[in-house]
Amino acid sequence: MSHHLVEFENVRFRYPDGTEALKGASFRITHGESVGIIGANGAGKSTLLMQMNGYMLPSAGTVTIGDLQLTKKTRPEIRKKVGVVFQNPDDQLFMPTVHDDVAFGPLNLGMHAEKVQERVLTALRTVGCLDLREKPPHRLSGGQKRAVSIATVIAMDPDILVMDEPSSNLDPKSRRYLMNLLKKFEHTKIVAAHDLDFILEVCRRCLVIHDGRIVADGPAGEILTDQSLLEENNLELPLSLQSRSVPESVVARFDRRQVPE
Amino acid sequence: MTMAFDREYFHLGVLDLLSRRDTCVHRLDPRTKVIATLLFIVTVVSFPKYEIMGLLPFLLFPVLVFGLGDIPVWLILKKVLLVSPFAAFIGIFNPVFDTEPMVTVSGIAVSGGWISFLSVMLRFLLTMTSVLLLIATTSFPGICHALRRLGMPELFTSQLLFLYRYLFVLVEEGMRMVRARDMRSFRGKGQDVRVFVSLVGTLFLRTMERAERIYHAMLSRGFTGSMRFVRTVRFRATDLALLAAVAAVLYAFRVYDIVGAVGRQTERMF
Ligand SMILES: Nc1ncnc2c1ncn2[C@@H]1O[C@H](COP(=O)(O)OP(=O)(O)OP(=O)(O)O)[C@@H](O)[C@H]1O
Ligand SMILES: [Mg+2]
Repeated sequence: MSHHLVEFENVRFRYPDGTEALKGASFRITHGESVGIIGANGAGKSTLLMQMNGYMLPSAGTVTIGDLQLTKKTRPEIRKKVGVVFQNPDDQLFMPTVHDDVAFGPLNLGMHAEKVQERVLTALRTVGCLDLREKPPHRLSGGQKRAVSIATVIAMDPDILVMDEPSSNLDPKSRRYLMNLLKKFEHTKIVAAHDLDFILEVCRRCLVIHDGRIVADGPAGEILTDQSLLEENNLELPLSLQSRSVPESVVARFDRRQVPE
Repeated sequence: MTMAFDREYFHLGVLDLLSRRDTCVHRLDPRTKVIATLLFIVTVVSFPKYEIMGLLPFLLFPVLVFGLGDIPVWLILKKVLLVSPFAAFIGIFNPVFDTEPMVTVSGIAVSGGWISFLSVMLRFLLTMTSVLLLIATTSFPGICHALRRLGMPELFTSQLLFLYRYLFVLVEEGMRMVRARDMRSFRGKGQDVRVFVSLVGTLFLRTMERAERIYHAMLSRGFTGSMRFVRTVRFRATDLALLAAVAAVLYAFRVYDIVGAVGRQTERMF
């Protein structure tokens, strides 16, 4: 199944202002993998994801999706395979109503009106937003916007689903819903997030990025339990793996305050 | 966040909500409503400068739409009042320059200026109400689609749709920046023109960047230069019949002196 392959070879990327955000990233993701990408603020996660559908083209190195190398020419073809959910849903939802927005992609793929309608309804039902379909995006809550952005992408039925911070702004129930949803999506998925518990639950594999370089790559279960690796990269253990008891030092401070002087 | 602008300024969003009702007016093809509104506006505006009596029968149209479309009257009128100073500003010099007495109402001579001022305000009331009613029964996007299908260039209708989508986002962003400035400036420091200019500059840059991100989001979903929509409303025989009726009534109201005729009729009866 080579058409679901994502391969980065020594990818570098420099922003127009000179910031070098990627300094040679290499990895290979094969069909059906679920990969989490973690790293501190400014590590280069968003920049990395933006290379995957040609939002930005690498300054050096190559990106290969399926059997196509990413260039200006192959970009439209690659965009049909890779669906990206951006970090800010206001950028993703640009049509006057939710329904029109979800229909936008399928219509551009040249589908029939009836087929489009079916896709739209299925996608909205999948993310639990069917009732919002006539609303304009500016009247949705942050979490609803996020859910609808995801619907706009799954309506196009991509081979590879790429998401930047999908769980931010979601309440616990919507977050749980999204996790279950992603677990059901059987194609390749790549998720960048600070929510390490989310990654632990949704992804089998995990990449750690630090200052534009991939510094660790392995099974999510191993990486996310490696306390020293995480702390080196300004991260900490997923909350679910931290001990719930109150640390000694806090107890001590609290006790001292109780004692009358 | 977005709602704050909405609530404090124009309550535009309420029109959105109203436009999702399901009445016989809402179900009409948007094109029918757009054409009818245009005809209405053109007819109202075409009356001579000093006309008042001839305009009164036209109030019947909004009254009907309010009733049939189940639209709260006060809500729309509030918006009309809110922008009425603009119209007043246009007409207010008429009484100053045009002092020739024209009619006498119970012994007081009324100048032509006042009559034409009243006429301007009445026209404003009629046209503004009809436009707001059009939005409240069709929705802004619906109107854009109608215009597109009536032959307006796509570039133009797409711009309108984007304006509608991002106006709130943009104004909110500006308001957030002003608030951030105010929270960190004291005793007038940080409030000067220089800061304001740089604020506007930042807003402009942010807008450009956002536009670029949106464009890429569109490309990511296969945009090739033309916006496509799925639309289900059809132009039916009722639409055609309604348009014909509206045109006929408008014509009658324009050409015949309805108020005078009704007046004479009542005189004869008593
Ligand atoms: N438009 C831009 N122009 C110049 N530099 C940029 C731009 N966007 C990001 N950068 C820089 O590139 C680096 C990587 O940024 P990126 O947005 O990829 O980080 P991130 O890992 O997604 O961070 P976060 O967790 O905060 O989302 C940062 O040093 C940032 O300052
Ligand atoms: Mg980011």
